Amino acid sequence: MNEYNFAYLDEQTKRMIRRAILKALAVPGYQVPFASREMPMPYGWGTGGVQVSAATLTPEDTFKVIDQGADDTTNAVSIRKFFENTAGVKTTEETEKATVIQTRHRTPEAKLRKDQIIVYQVPIPEPLRFLEPRETETRKMHSLEEYGLMHVKLYEDISQHGAISTAYAYPVKVSDRYVMDPSPIPKFDNPKLEMDAIQLFGAGREQRIYAVPPHTKVVSLDFEDYPFEATKADHPCDLCGAEDSYLDEVIMDDAGNRMFVCSDTDYCRSRREAGHVGRLAEENAA
Amino acid sequence: MTAQTQFSGGFQNAPVQAAHAFRAAMTVMAQPGEIRDLRGAQPPKPLSIAAGTLLLTLCDPETKVHLAGEFNTDGVREWLTFHTGAPISQAAVADFAVGSWAELSPLGSFRIGTAEYPDRSATLIVECDALQQAGAILSGPGIKDTARLSLPDAPALQANAALYPLGCDFFFTCGDRVAALPRSTQISVEA
Repeated sequence: MNEYNFAYLDEQTKRMIRRAILKALAVPGYQVPFASREMPMPYGWGTGGVQVSAATLTPEDTFKVIDQGADDTTNAVSIRKFFENTAGVKTTEETEKATVIQTRHRTPEAKLRKDQIIVYQVPIPEPLRFLEPRETETRKMHSLEEYGLMHVKLYEDISQHGAISTAYAYPVKVSDRYVMDPSPIPKFDNPKLEMDAIQLFGAGREQRIYAVPPHTKVVSLDFEDYPFEATKADHPCDLCGAEDSYLDEVIMDDAGNRMFVCSDTDYCRSRREAGHVGRLAEENAA
Repeated sequence: MTAQTQFSGGFQNAPVQAAHAFRAAMTVMAQPGEIRDLRGAQPPKPLSIAAGTLLLTLCDPETKVHLAGEFNTDGVREWLTFHTGAPISQAAVADFAVGSWAELSPLGSFRIGTAEYPDRSATLIVECDALQQAGAILSGPGIKDTARLSLPDAPALQANAALYPLGCDFFFTCGDRVAALPRSTQISVEA
């Protein structure tokens, strides 16, 4: 494949993104503005993540893409093919074998290693955006560490619903300083944000890059009397029987039958290969 | 072996060599105390291989580079200009600065970012005589428990860390090796 520069982007663009990534790592949780490029895919399909991946990949990398936990959905397949074609990197569906993982809205169930990098696709990087639409104001709020509004939002959740009803994109405080949107991962994944791997976040349309280095303190915002809870459907996986993984609910018919399956397809597959069996496993195999 | 000129010593395969160099730079910035090999460029003296490779990887016409003291030679200026197009600047406006610790000090002359844009700060590439995982004790983001790194001047770097989230970020280069110290790292020295 010689029609493109390695990993699609031109070198000057990559340098600009790389400088932003380094500053993002130096100030964990702070959103570094960058000159996001138009990519050959629509906004909302991971243009930010793709640009961060392109600036990070080397020819020796093994690349994995997940979309809501799955390796085989349209978004994941097309981004994987994009880098197969433009960077010539090996790709995999196995979390274990990947060195760079681009993800949309999930963190893999498997524990990531020190030598792995995970790139999150981010739609709205600003955690305060829905509370304060003006960029000038949210920027000032971050600079003054003025996050009272976010706690008011969580408090209103409790007063209306009796619990913090925010279920995804649950705000976190990084390294005791910046409040950060962990991208729309389910809050079940929030405890995994303290990990051994480098976490990079790319928002293409909103032109922001931010990062969480390994072993960085990441605290989900909560109250003493309403502590943070990493919730999931109270059910084992119907295919592999896992009780510790995040589940998708699938409607089976119009008679009210439904099944719960691991959202992380690689985790589910590897458990089934290891002989774990869930409630509906045999039916499905037949 | 041809003589070193301003035209020689660049990347042979820029996309791939820059990608490898950036991965090393990113790894050390994300994990203070780690030391990595950083090769690719053959810069003119007194630039080390690691410092020259970092400059080729990160600098272009959009970044102002300050060359401190003995690094501000015709040879280095011409090489940097030919390969990157980066404008050479004063310390006060520089995005990147290269020099020995003595020539870069005091740190007060470099940009530390603003409260609303802490990313608008200088990155200093400090050429060191030695680089080892010994000496000052580091803790903070990127570090499991603690790490150690030979730092040129712990008190000055502690003062820089105290500015957090403002402050400069550092690469330490020695030959073809690199380590980094972001402003987020807490530094202590054994009594």
